[in-house]
Amino acid sequence: MSDVIDRPAAKAQFKVVGTRPVRPDGADKVTGKAAYGADLMLPGMLTGKIKRSPHAHARIIAIDTKKARALAGVKAVITAADFPDLASEEMAGGESAANVRDIALNCMARNAALYEGHAVAAVAATSASIADEALALIEVTYEVLPHVIDVEAAMAPGAPLLHADIFTKGVEPAPTTPSNIAHRHDLTRGDVNAGFAEADAIAEGRYTTAAVHQGYIEPHACVATFGADGQCQVWSASQGHFAVRTLCAKILGLDTSDIRVTPAEIGGGFGGKTTVYLEPLALALSRQCGAPVRMVMARDEVFRATGPTSGAVIEVKLGARRDGTITAGQIVLKYQAGAFPGSPVHPGVMTALACYDIPNFTITGYDVVTNSPKVTAYRAPGAPISAFGVESAVDDLALKLGMDPIALREKNAVRDGMKAAYGPTFRNIGYVETLEAIRDHPHYQAPLGPNQGRGVAVGFWFNIGGDSTAAVQITDDGAAVVATGNPDIGGSRASMAMMAAEVLGLPIEKVRPIVADTASIGYSMLTGGSRTTFATGMAVTQAAQQIVTDLKRRAAQIWEVAVDQVEWLDGAAVCRDPAKGELTLAALAAKSGETGGPIGAQVSLNAQGAGPGFGAHICDVEVDPETGGVTILRYTAAQDVGRAIHPAYVEGQVQGGVAQGIGWALNEEYIFDTDGKMENAGFLDYRVPVASDLPMIDTILVEVANPRHPFGAKGVGEVPIVPPLGAVANAVRAAIGVRMTDLPLSPPKIRAAIDGR
Amino acid sequence: MGARQHISANVNGDPVEFLAEPGTTLLDALRDELGLTGSKEGCGSGDCGACSVTLDGRLVCSCLVLAVEAQGRRITTIEGMADGGTLHPLQQKFLEHAALQCGFCTPGILVAAKALLDVNPDPTEVEARYWLAGNLCRCTGYDKVIRAVMDAAADLRQERV
Amino acid sequence: MSDVDYLAPTSADAAAKALAAGGAAARALAGGTDLLVQLKSGRLKGGLIVDLKHIPGAIGVREEDGAFVIGAATPGATIGEHAGLVRAWPGVVEATHLIGSTQVQGRASMAGNLCNASPAADSVPALIAARATCVIVGPSGRRTVAAEDIPVSPGRTSLKPGEFVLEIRLPARAARSADAYLRSIPRTEMDIAVVGAAVNLTLDSGGTIIEARVALGAVGPTVLIADDAAAAIIGSRLDAAALERLDAAARGACRPISDKRGTAEFRTKIAGVLARRAAAIAYGRARAKGEN
Repeated sequence: MSDVIDRPAAKAQFKVVGTRPVRPDGADKVTGKAAYGADLMLPGMLTGKIKRSPHAHARIIAIDTKKARALAGVKAVITAADFPDLASEEMAGGESAANVRDIALNCMARNAALYEGHAVAAVAATSASIADEALALIEVTYEVLPHVIDVEAAMAPGAPLLHADIFTKGVEPAPTTPSNIAHRHDLTRGDVNAGFAEADAIAEGRYTTAAVHQGYIEPHACVATFGADGQCQVWSASQGHFAVRTLCAKILGLDTSDIRVTPAEIGGGFGGKTTVYLEPLALALSRQCGAPVRMVMARDEVFRATGPTSGAVIEVKLGARRDGTITAGQIVLKYQAGAFPGSPVHPGVMTALACYDIPNFTITGYDVVTNSPKVTAYRAPGAPISAFGVESAVDDLALKLGMDPIALREKNAVRDGMKAAYGPTFRNIGYVETLEAIRDHPHYQAPLGPNQGRGVAVGFWFNIGGDSTAAVQITDDGAAVVATGNPDIGGSRASMAMMAAEVLGLPIEKVRPIVADTASIGYSMLTGGSRTTFATGMAVTQAAQQIVTDLKRRAAQIWEVAVDQVEWLDGAAVCRDPAKGELTLAALAAKSGETGGPIGAQVSLNAQGAGPGFGAHICDVEVDPETGGVTILRYTAAQDVGRAIHPAYVEGQVQGGVAQGIGWALNEEYIFDTDGKMENAGFLDYRVPVASDLPMIDTILVEVANPRHPFGAKGVGEVPIVPPLGAVANAVRAAIGVRMTDLPLSPPKIRAAIDGR
Repeated sequence: MGARQHISANVNGDPVEFLAEPGTTLLDALRDELGLTGSKEGCGSGDCGACSVTLDGRLVCSCLVLAVEAQGRRITTIEGMADGGTLHPLQQKFLEHAALQCGFCTPGILVAAKALLDVNPDPTEVEARYWLAGNLCRCTGYDKVIRAVMDAAADLRQERV
Repeated sequence: MSDVDYLAPTSADAAAKALAAGGAAARALAGGTDLLVQLKSGRLKGGLIVDLKHIPGAIGVREEDGAFVIGAATPGATIGEHAGLVRAWPGVVEATHLIGSTQVQGRASMAGNLCNASPAADSVPALIAARATCVIVGPSGRRTVAAEDIPVSPGRTSLKPGEFVLEIRLPARAARSADAYLRSIPRTEMDIAVVGAAVNLTLDSGGTIIEARVALGAVGPTVLIADDAAAAIIGSRLDAAALERLDAAARGACRPISDKRGTAEFRTKIAGVLARRAAAIAYGRARAKGEN
């Protein structure tokens, strides 16, 4: 057992921020009352199910739904013919741009099935078993086509083409023949050849990662109802109900104003619930039959048709002088996009060297379509993959130079005022502080036994801001209700309430947060990119500040004094004239009718200045040299979090990210058979870490405040998944003396590496 | 299709009756027939534990039990854990330790953890981790979950003294 | 999961009759942890389910003159609660406990594990190493067969229409006997064995192995009995040379495939490792018994 260590940089005088209250939505979640996507029932509700392609790549010749329609109890059957054939249209997204036509085609295949599990038709029926029977009665005629899943095979000349209209973007001159390479991204600085010429030591490697799934425990689920007048409602578990509204409107050709989306409790997302799969289908089914339709995926559908993130090839070459100064870096990234363009290779490129101050580099990234499910954002999309290669190579460089791996990273660390590899100049970053935190942690000096090894790795994520809305209302008894438009995927209601409570001077129990539906609150970008506590928190804080200003005005009016005579202290207006005493929020609320009516404020903003996040991790492993099994013995993660609003949930984000990264490193992978069908579409053989696989995960919260946020917060959710892949691999190398380059580091690979020593 | 069968059972101390197709799982019956949606389906194959309930006191995945097997038997779900409005110490400790994020796996983990403490009031951390290995949590990395279980166990032992 | 019928007969003969009447699509239900998954995935399409749990004796462990009789539907969790069984057959009990999670232990039975006929079933190598026998009930009466004679290939058994396993019998123990089971999985829990190895042995008063049986899981179409591996340690006191011989003989017995859970090469190597380690554990247990 080990302790969780807080290291607040400067203890501010906050009463609520920085404490660990019970989350406001907690009681319903520990008693089973919280209603998730599959828990809602409406009168007359039907069950919707999806017919999926059994082929990894096939032309759809014909779909005959007559028999299914004739089955008693079947109320609606849809195919791509029930949706408009959209033109290509790029949309701004939370973490990556998306093309609406591609999303529509991913929801329902038109003409071609591009991966096993691609939806080709859907039904709504009075029971699940009738729906299943109806699916079996739908006859689809396919012409099976050659498929390609491996990223390099898909890039090769002559590979089976997924789309005839992909001409690699980012290449001059533009290619005239189509390929599976949707996009090439280049990032360069200085003269890389000159940089390598200066180097005394070179470390290079070719690394691969397997496609992995976000692995949220709640399968996708929604209920939709289409009114006879065209007004629709959707209840769904997503990371952004405004995005669900927009995408449904575009995919179905509806007016956005006709769709109201209410967020259900969401059972995990990690980026995987930032798009739509079921909602447009449920609406189309409901439109056809007039009844509400509920759709819930089975676990194998979640694996076959949603998520994952890219399998990838990462080539890294680094050069350094004898003193450890890295002089050059050359990186090539090849990421699977799945069936449609849009892998996270661009953020992979941008983050690859973000922790390092390197004068000369070239980074090239390829976004490659493959006959596998379209990738979706997964926690710091793209960054863990490139970091795995870079952190492995940096570790090898430290070995070649005979340097301590933390010292090597400190020597080349980015600092305030330096230009980031991806462009902007860093300000108020806490990267060096995280390196110092792990260097000085007892873990780093703890003795190791035989067959044990220690690895270090670092990671970076931008964190984002963007559009958010928050409304704060004061109740007649002087409490507050906070409404935002961001689904709560990890405790954001708690942090929203805490920030409002801090500003209003109320105890946390007097502030009740909700996530409001699309008709009840202004637009908010989805919950992702580690933006909610930062951006939506800023909106909440500003709304609360507006209320405080208004409350001071009201108190001044009651006291008949100038506003500048009134202070707001601990939830009450206090007059400089001691004879006036104070007016509590409850007292002001009771008199609101006499001072201007109901008290409340709504703020919509576009938050700028999200502070980038850095993490530094230490991992200890023990390898069984005979079985190749790896045990994670100890793990410590330091991260610059700006200011932890609710430290326990910040620690939880770090611990959860680390656990996912460990799973990625050791056991998780998509396994396809020779026909391109997924062989492990279940939690039995898609092996996420279980409780007995992990030790306690120590966290060190480094607080280098972000001056652009009222309380100094930075995004925290994504950074922690970036370092573990490298940290685990580096620990395994230390334990067995062999550099392992292909994830996952499963026992057969490790045993083979040991035998080959 | 097999005829629906009439099932009488006891759920959370109350007698219940419902109709079930022979192929329906206990999980589906709890959720769809009895409206007890606290038990969740995460996988439908016994690999995630989100549907954990006890059947005659024995911890099981309700997705791996046929509803018709419940005839005459005693079932406890997450909805039966709190004593009226008073949370069970495990529930309270999960809140205090921030041992949940999305909360989807939480009902199953709580039911499983209670079953552990019923048979082993003083588990080691390793015992708790192995007992709960069938309850997947993707959010927390299990750290705070295990701390909450150990802390609740300590409190419950204190109560017994 | 449509087209399913369910019966819960209260006698073995009634169960056999029902199963026979149900034809090829009829299935016996014990713990259901495999059956329900197969129904859900569509691998099994409907048919009659005959629940064995209401047959007297189907659940529970009883001792008969040093032998143990385990009802077919006895869940794993119950098996571990029988102190006498744990003392006599620690390997069988630990193997059974490795089947799935705590939740699965609340339901899954050894007989179901055996009749599911997976070569990777955890309890089966231990049962075979223990020379367990099964009492089979069918339309034409009862018969007793060795555990290894039930699975014939992945997913197929030698049971005839209408037949089911009513109970599993573990023989009485000679003095200074013990068994052990180990498996290799990528995680610490919740996986199907990539390789399993069970060793059952008896020592003389001087600590020399006078009898041994080694069974290997997931390295062939059914669990393999590695006679050469047993011979490699009989007559030894499990010294380093005997362990090396055991390792080689276990590897030599393997006929594995490569699949999503492991390569043939890896499985073969690990079979040797686990046989060696399981033998050491069993030997230590047997020695400890001799000292008591």
